Amino acid sequence: MSSQQSNRVATIVINIMVAFVVLILIFLLGDILITGLPHVTLHLLTSPSQSFAAGGGIRDQLFNSFYLLVLTLLISFPLSLGAAIYLAEYAANNWLTSLIRTSIEVLSSLPSVVVGLFGYLLFVIQFKFGFSILSGAIALTFFNLPLLIRSIEGSLHAVPRSQHEAGISLGLSNWKTIKGIILPAALPGILTGIILSAGRVFGEAAALIYTAGESAPIVSYTNWNPLDSNSFLNPMRPAETLAVHIWKLNTEGVTPDAVSISAGASAVLVIVLLIFNLSARAIGNHLYQKGSGHK
Amino acid sequence: MENNNIFAKTHLVTPQEPPAITTDNLQVYYGDNHAMHDASLSFPEHQITALIGASGSGKSTYLRSLNRMNDDLATVKGKIMYHGIDINASDVNVYEIRRHIGMVFQLPNPFAKSIRENLTFALKAYGIKKKSELDERVETSLKEAALWDEVKDNLNRSALSLSGGQAQRLCIARSLAIKPDVLLLDEPASALDPISTAKIEATLLKLVKKYTIIIVTHNMQQASRISKYTAFFHLGHVLEFDTTSHIFQEPQVPVTRDYVLGNFG
Ligand SMILES: Nc1ncnc2c1ncn2[C@@H]1O[C@H](COP(=O)(O)OP(=O)(O)OP(=O)(O)O)[C@@H](O)[C@H]1O
Ligand SMILES: [Mg+2]
Repeated sequence: MSSQQSNRVATIVINIMVAFVVLILIFLLGDILITGLPHVTLHLLTSPSQSFAAGGGIRDQLFNSFYLLVLTLLISFPLSLGAAIYLAEYAANNWLTSLIRTSIEVLSSLPSVVVGLFGYLLFVIQFKFGFSILSGAIALTFFNLPLLIRSIEGSLHAVPRSQHEAGISLGLSNWKTIKGIILPAALPGILTGIILSAGRVFGEAAALIYTAGESAPIVSYTNWNPLDSNSFLNPMRPAETLAVHIWKLNTEGVTPDAVSISAGASAVLVIVLLIFNLSARAIGNHLYQKGSGHK
Repeated sequence: MENNNIFAKTHLVTPQEPPAITTDNLQVYYGDNHAMHDASLSFPEHQITALIGASGSGKSTYLRSLNRMNDDLATVKGKIMYHGIDINASDVNVYEIRRHIGMVFQLPNPFAKSIRENLTFALKAYGIKKKSELDERVETSLKEAALWDEVKDNLNRSALSLSGGQAQRLCIARSLAIKPDVLLLDEPASALDPISTAKIEATLLKLVKKYTIIIVTHNMQQASRISKYTAFFHLGHVLEFDTTSHIFQEPQVPVTRDYVLGNFG
């Protein structure tokens, strides 16, 4: 076979594989959206869920998912940022660093059920946090840490070494250079990483069943005191999320309209994930263009 | 064997002018790699000195040692005397040294910030807050680097939108903004077109009235056009140091002659 021929064959094979992947994606998304969208009504989005009767909604689950996400990011972002800065800028090339890296790899490959059970035993039972948003957020932090650390570290590494040298050569300390030059330059990548990890956190179910729980107690959206037990901001209350709700509807749902609510909820979940992903791209591009001055 | 003979023949003069920096038996090791042997040179104040030599001969290694940029990369032994103090000593404040001895790199490396912020970032970090003073430094350093006329209309535009030659002059301005005393340049024009190169050279010839300049270059015409003194580096040794006209017209060391005649490198 001439090199021209083999090139053509390779191109065709690659195109077929790409087409296959795209088809699977379109099929999945299309199926979820087509079966789900007709059920996405204002009523679904604004009503509390029902345990037995028909006509329930997903208001609380949707809010819980976002609240849990915010708390998870509040815990995991500062930790990941610190760890990533350490790994990218300070860590020496020695056994300690490779131990840290290996631990992060292991953490990222733990099955979510295992993380959930671990969170259940340690935070729910041992620390007596109970089934709560806090327990859920800590469990999700375990997932999120490796993802975020790796994406932030990647963004920091993508800033050319010469930027660092420029800062140092002006008599700035290592830390001032990192804080004032490297981090701002890495910001688009870091934001993209945060949003993408948010998508994963948002869709997670298995780890939450044992930590944030499967119940969505009626809460008051006008009580802004996080210490009150009926406040929607109380981090110590159990909180079923959207993904967990979908799982529950499909395993033990007894409401007559479980199937349609599940379909609608799935469509909402997919749409939120799409918004996360598209905005990650948009923000990344926007900041990149702003930074490089190409309008 | 032959190598030892090459390094035995050296010709190093000590300039008449008062020195800005002198190095005394400077040695640099990258781990076990002994990259710089016994460099003892004296750089006269308010002159341009060129460092020439083949690729890998240790010019960058030597230059970067002068403002301690090699601190995390290499072990640097020997003395670097600057205004009577050994700035290679472990107890000197390296940040302070780099404010006096600035550096411009081979590839322009402006920060991903506006032109103005490129110049004021370090100043603000030093605690200069007054807008009038910052503005004054921005204008002065851009004028010194011959960039003012091209950018004065929009100092808020991103520095990444400048051309290569403009970006390099911005990097020179950025170094000048912190009012150094010595300017180290590592092949500052090697990535630029002839017109930008000529602008950089003209800029350096003006700057030398106020600053001491040490420049690494692969371009012999450039060295002879702008420098008063030239040091020839070869395989981690300084083989010859003399006025530029002597180095190019009557080199004393055979290897230098081969190099300036273009026989290798
Ligand atoms: N960061 C480093 N780590 C290890 N060795 C290095 C490092 N930088 C340079 N060296 C070695 O030191 C020697 C001198 O390199 P240096 O970069 O100083 O040469 P140079 O004269 O500047 O060359 P060029 O003209 O190509 O820039 C080379 O053998 C090189 O491999
Ligand atoms: Mg070099």
